[in-house]
Amino acid sequence: MRSSRLWAWLTFAVGAACFFIPLLATLEFSMRMRRGTYSFDAYKVVFGDPRFQATFSYSVVAAIMTIILGILIVVPAAYWIRLRLPQLRPIVEFITLLPLVIPAIVIVFGYIRMYGSSSPLPLLASSRSTDLLLVIGYATLALPYMYRAVDTGLRTIDVRTLTEAAQILGAGWSTIIVRVILPNVLIAVLSGAFLTFAIVIGEFTMASLLNRPAFGPYLQNIGANRAYEPAALAVIAFAITWGCMSVIQLLSRFAPRSSNRPN
Amino acid sequence: MTELSVPQPALAGNSAPPAEARSLRLPTQWLGVAPFFLFVLLFLILPTLYLVVGAFQTADGTFTLENLAALAQPSIRAAYWISIKVSVASALLGALVGLAIAIAIVRGGLPTWTRSATLTFSGVASQFAGIPLAFAFLATLGRLGLVTVLLNTAFGFNIYAHGFNILSFWGLTLTYLYFQIPLMVVIITPAIDGIRKEWGEAASTLGATQWQYWRMVVIPVIWPSFLGTVILLFANAFGAIATAYALTGSSLNIVPILLYAQIRGDVLHNANLGYAIAFGMIFITGLANIFYIWFRVRSERWLK
Repeated sequence: MRSSRLWAWLTFAVGAACFFIPLLATLEFSMRMRRGTYSFDAYKVVFGDPRFQATFSYSVVAAIMTIILGILIVVPAAYWIRLRLPQLRPIVEFITLLPLVIPAIVIVFGYIRMYGSSSPLPLLASSRSTDLLLVIGYATLALPYMYRAVDTGLRTIDVRTLTEAAQILGAGWSTIIVRVILPNVLIAVLSGAFLTFAIVIGEFTMASLLNRPAFGPYLQNIGANRAYEPAALAVIAFAITWGCMSVIQLLSRFAPRSSNRPN
Repeated sequence: MTELSVPQPALAGNSAPPAEARSLRLPTQWLGVAPFFLFVLLFLILPTLYLVVGAFQTADGTFTLENLAALAQPSIRAAYWISIKVSVASALLGALVGLAIAIAIVRGGLPTWTRSATLTFSGVASQFAGIPLAFAFLATLGRLGLVTVLLNTAFGFNIYAHGFNILSFWGLTLTYLYFQIPLMVVIITPAIDGIRKEWGEAASTLGATQWQYWRMVVIPVIWPSFLGTVILLFANAFGAIATAYALTGSSLNIVPILLYAQIRGDVLHNANLGYAIAFGMIFITGLANIFYIWFRVRSERWLK
């Protein structure tokens, strides 16, 4: 027993070291910009760079649009499948897993070939519609996470009874979804939303191949041309990921734990 | 009477006699999921099918297997090979280390904070991929990285003089481990939780040694979820491009980077060969996921 506990501590310590050393190294490297002393110069340069501000806000807007689009697509479908079409569940679950099977680079390759300016749906023709295509691509990437989060949320409420109660009170479908279902799964939707944000904010492949001025391509550009700023950007990106994940953890404390009707 | 008649129209759509309603209601039934299916069809299935069909066509649209045969040319075959090697190595190593950490925090008798701290951190680290991860590893194990410099000054051991390079197969594998290990921990911990204490007690009551208990109870129970997760990690590494691209530029020729160059500038001078490379990627990750689903189904019966 004693030796097994020692072994467990050792594993835990090695694991912790493996994960903190790169972080500490990155932090240290990012503060080496001024010769001979530690400083936050690299961060100052990064935050002062107008391209950082422009690309970062572009990606934040894209992430928010992605979340809205994801909610609009996933929530009604997941709700309707629970309520009326449970036989479709395996199919829809399979479809929502597809973005994990088909790499992002393949999906965006398909977009570039299908939605070129000579196609029936020329989304690549103008930069505005290419922005839309990027958001659509991001929503596709986030689909597995969004669907799973919403479906887990729906499992904890009694969809049928809530719907019937709302119908008896005279509510239409849009009222039911917006004012009855959505508030009940809001926490699940929000945790899906923050995960989407964490995935989308630094995404490189789609943004780069669609030629959009997003944060991911900017990161790549800085990485290829600068020494200390990339480390500072890595620390910032880690902080953003950490922030999103903490919010999800925090939200899960407020989520209802058990179902009042087993599904 | 009047009070009861108010909700009647609202209910009518819901509780009409089933036989006659079915044919009438069918379109509205499907209306609820139509946006979802339309979206998935337009932006996931059709673009993928377009590439898959293109992989079997010549430039003027006739059926051919030549594109797939052309995948065997040395540069493309080498790209697939190194991609598969990096994905297999990072998946296997990540799975083994992740499993050890998961067992340590669940079964090792450690205080409870270690478990929640590990799971929280794993949740973050498993999502910390892409370009920033490459930056972090350049700052750690690059030529001027902290670990490289420390090893050199403290122990006089120059890892670069001994053949290590962050811009290589092992460099990339090591970098991928940073998200593969935590992903393994996140996925496998529920499976370890599924091993009941009673099983160990039952085994020792029947006179089993610790080794027999592990070999005949624990390993068979977690084996399907272990293999399933290895496959998931494999697919996860296989499709990733951003980390490798930021880390090595195009000096390490993995498939996604080759495809990226092809999409940007048709470096292979054959559009349909590009489709074939994409098809090859889907084929490999698809095959991996079929195995994943199969193992998943087998593992779930123990987790009830």
